[in-house]
Amino acid sequence: MQTKRMTFPGHWLPYALLAPQVIITLIFFIWPAGQAMYQSLLREDAFGLKTTFVGLENFARLFRDGAYLNSLSVTAVFAIGTTLLSMSVALLLASTVNRMIRSRSTYTTLLVWPYAIAPAIAGVLWWFIFHPSIGVIPYVLDMVGYDWNHRTSGADAMLLVVFAAAWKQISYNFLFFLAGLQSIPQSLIEAAAIDGASPFKRFWTIVFPLLTPTTFFLMVVNVVYAMFDTFGIIHATTEGGPSQATNTLVYKVYSDGFVGLNLGSSAAQSVILMAIVVALTIVQFRYIERRVNY
Amino acid sequence: MASITLEGLKKTYGGNVDAVKGIDLSIEDGEFVVLVGPSGCGKSTLLRMVAGLESITQGTLKIGDRVVNRLEPAERDIAMVFQNYALYPHMTVYNNLAYGLKNRKFNREQIEARVQTAARMLEITDFLQRKPRQLSGGQRQRVAMGRALVRDPAAFLLDEPLSNLDAKLRVQMRVEIKQLQRRLKTTSLYVTHDQLEAMTLGDRLVVLNGGQIEQVGTPMEIYARPASMFVAGFIGSPAMNMLPLDYLHVQGSGALLHDLPENTDTVGIRPDDMLLQAPDSPHFTVEATLVLFEAAGAESHLYVQLADSEQPTVIRTSGQPPVSEGDTLTLHIAREAIHPFNSASGKRTGG
Repeated sequence: MQTKRMTFPGHWLPYALLAPQVIITLIFFIWPAGQAMYQSLLREDAFGLKTTFVGLENFARLFRDGAYLNSLSVTAVFAIGTTLLSMSVALLLASTVNRMIRSRSTYTTLLVWPYAIAPAIAGVLWWFIFHPSIGVIPYVLDMVGYDWNHRTSGADAMLLVVFAAAWKQISYNFLFFLAGLQSIPQSLIEAAAIDGASPFKRFWTIVFPLLTPTTFFLMVVNVVYAMFDTFGIIHATTEGGPSQATNTLVYKVYSDGFVGLNLGSSAAQSVILMAIVVALTIVQFRYIERRVNY
Repeated sequence: MASITLEGLKKTYGGNVDAVKGIDLSIEDGEFVVLVGPSGCGKSTLLRMVAGLESITQGTLKIGDRVVNRLEPAERDIAMVFQNYALYPHMTVYNNLAYGLKNRKFNREQIEARVQTAARMLEITDFLQRKPRQLSGGQRQRVAMGRALVRDPAAFLLDEPLSNLDAKLRVQMRVEIKQLQRRLKTTSLYVTHDQLEAMTLGDRLVVLNGGQIEQVGTPMEIYARPASMFVAGFIGSPAMNMLPLDYLHVQGSGALLHDLPENTDTVGIRPDDMLLQAPDSPHFTVEATLVLFEAAGAESHLYVQLADSEQPTVIRTSGQPPVSEGDTLTLHIAREAIHPFNSASGKRTGG
């Protein structure tokens, strides 16, 4: 395909046209990122009166700090849990809805709704549902003999934030899976049926392999979501507790920096997060370009 | 190997849309039957009912001696070739062929032997390790055929398998499919909208229109004695010319037409039966003006305007007759070339 090449007279017009985007990027992304990198090398007292240059000391301390290492593993559990839960539920819903003909659009609309809800609202919603004294689910669990209390049990708290975070992401995953399923020609499924494959086998040997590009894309998106986009949910439900059990990296940046006022350490943590996000983005671009599988 | 019997087969969608309105047909063991008709005539639906991909609203379907109405596609012992080939894009050609065998619990040696035999037969041995997207259209078509015959099913069902190929390849594959079917002697049901494909491939044709059978017969039977005006217009290219009987009474020698069956009001004449030279047998003549001359190499198509008639008419002659556009021609039509029809019923008159 040929794209038409615009040529501008002089130099200033193209720069002027690019300027708004460049300025926004500089002010809201590059400058804060630079600030974070600079601050990660400093130590500051709680009142901001004295600042000392400490080199990589902040980073070194982090990797010796049990709380930070705990936060790393909490984040890993949380991200993997959220991704697995939201993707498997979304795939189940998408393949069910894909079988419907007339009611498909109604179900799709209903299933996309949670995505429009603000993270904090979603958090509060789940906080109510799971509230140990007034919630519906602890009440039901109590009847089967389980004492739910996410304020004292770290495992309960983790389950709660995973549910809340996954629930919000299901809509997004559902839409992509549904689109992926609809792009698989019906005749492939029919050919497999004639070839003697049971519905279950058809799904795992034909449908699922053909969904790998979608699955891989969603996996990266979901991990990024769980790691960076779930601050609101955690803040509204567990606030990182009990005893650090749900203190993910992003939440720790906030609590160390804005609550604990340890700005140097907080900045060092966000620089590490930045490195992780860059790595994930590279992985995503690499593989999406190459279209996994076939 | 098996016969296929359809008894009063019906398909109704949503309670009131009849796609297939009661089909009775019996296909002999080893026979090659072609379902042909315009789009929307129900031919694909009928094939998919035989395959088990569409449910049967009413009627009985037998493959061999078994009633298979309620059996899953896999249990019917049939193989199907799809219009878009439906090759599994993430599997190699080898695995595409082996998939059905693996599902049927064949052991490794049997699979290997069968795949290799099928691949040799279709000359795709060199491509066994490739993925479908690395193949050309014709090669994909062969793989689709291979996937059908590797299982050695009781019947082949083919749903417009050649329509995605270019014209040259289509003719080549048509010949190969015919030869393959002769060699394997597997009962085959083939769906197409292309009347030439239907004529050349089938032992018998089933012409469908509006969910019903118009005519069943060998290609030559249908060509020589179309049972209805629809069949007359559909089989043969260019299509048969239809003229009101009165027109011939006025224009030609009406005397020749007296022995036509009663209630004949329309006559059909094939484009190649309108002759520029008078034949020896009894015939009558009409006057016409040449509107457009189409040379197609070995044959020519003459689009003419009959005198005192609005009816568009086509003549086919071999070679290139010495005529030019605007000429007035005298056309000779032999008595035995006339097909009598009744326009109200659309049927051939006189049985």
